[in-house]
Amino acid sequence: MTDWQPLWLSFRLAFVTTVILLALSLPLAYWLAYSRLRIKAVVEALISLPMVLPPSVLGFYLLIAFSPSHGPGRFLDKYFDIRLVFTFPGLVVASLFYSLPFMVNPLLSGFKSLPPALREASYTLGKSKRTTLIKILLPNIRPSLLTGIVLSFAHTIGEFGVVLMIGGNIPGQTRVASLAIFDEMESMNYSAANKYALILFLLSFCILLVVYLANHYFSKPQPLS
Amino acid sequence: MIKFQANKILLTSHGRLKLDVAFQMEKGQLLTLYGPSGAGKTTILRILAGLTDILSGHIEADRETWLDTKQKINLPPQKRSLGFVFQDFALFPHLSVKENIRYALPKGDDMKLMEELIELMELGPLQDVRPSFLSGGQQQRVALARAIIRRPRLLLLDEPLSALDDDMRHRLQDYIERIRHHFELTTVLVSHHLPEILRLSDKVIWLEKGRIRQEGTPQALFSNSKIPGT
Repeated sequence: MTDWQPLWLSFRLAFVTTVILLALSLPLAYWLAYSRLRIKAVVEALISLPMVLPPSVLGFYLLIAFSPSHGPGRFLDKYFDIRLVFTFPGLVVASLFYSLPFMVNPLLSGFKSLPPALREASYTLGKSKRTTLIKILLPNIRPSLLTGIVLSFAHTIGEFGVVLMIGGNIPGQTRVASLAIFDEMESMNYSAANKYALILFLLSFCILLVVYLANHYFSKPQPLS
Repeated sequence: MIKFQANKILLTSHGRLKLDVAFQMEKGQLLTLYGPSGAGKTTILRILAGLTDILSGHIEADRETWLDTKQKINLPPQKRSLGFVFQDFALFPHLSVKENIRYALPKGDDMKLMEELIELMELGPLQDVRPSFLSGGQQQRVALARAIIRRPRLLLLDEPLSALDDDMRHRLQDYIERIRHHFELTTVLVSHHLPEILRLSDKVIWLEKGRIRQEGTPQALFSNSKIPGT
């Protein structure tokens, strides 16, 4: 019998992370694309850090930060009764850091690829920055939106090091599919490991295929709206 | 009446250049900015539209101050009553011709004006088509209709006819004339094309290196043999 719990946990984690990331990354990418402040280079570097750091570095520092005996963890524990170490909410927060560049970077390059005159034309037609963002900019970066959403989702499903360190591999709570494969393999249970691995393999392939197909569709101009 | 005065440092291919220009224009007039590339023509349009910041200056449109660096007034483009036709038209690629024009229509405004403009610009058969499937001349007509549907005080045209052949250029000059008189639009045009300037302008400013070299009626300026390109 396959235990579906780790797969379900992985999808729940990826879904929640992607939704929150989208809400956070849109304003962040917009600011990075159009702000003239010099500090944005520092922010860009910080956002992209998880792409180059070993996950264990991020996991280690987040573990320390979330720990109830240190600053942020103690604050959350004392005033809000929230514990992030070895819990699902902790996994979500860690995943937000870990997958942030996979959402922000596609959105940022989407905004940057649009000709400035589109935004300026909308402003000269009396439209606010908000209306311009929603009605002009976002519809024209649809491929980037899709890429950001899908990459964040897939990258969160593929987490290993960070979720192991923050979640602690607790069955039913923080034991996601990538950890379950490792567990089953360690206990020489290759057929169960293979099931999880195959499902993740096929699913990741299908997700990427959908992105590429959709981007091919978007890149063809449509004569009529 | 439009009053304009601006100082700005421009970074051009020839290095740093100081833009220092002042002019006035009457309601309904068409003023053409003429001069070599890098003289500051497009920058003046952008300053008028509020798309480019300046060091110091003042802009007034029908007694409403749009910009006054001394009083720290600087209305954003949204608050300035203007229409801007960009050199590459800047049509919204995901919207049809009709949707592009409707986007500019203020909420609650009568749709009749939109239909009237679509008819005046002969865009009826194209109204459901997206911009990338239109010719340069058709795109120009959409950009013009979109820019004037708000009935702006000031219309800014940045070399809108430069990419067109002579036949299309003539026809679009007709459209501009028709629209201007129909809506009594005060217009600033950037153009290099002398027959076009002669035909459309009430007044010409010849810019060179960020300063006004000469200004006057097109007839007066064109009698001056020093003007290049004639």
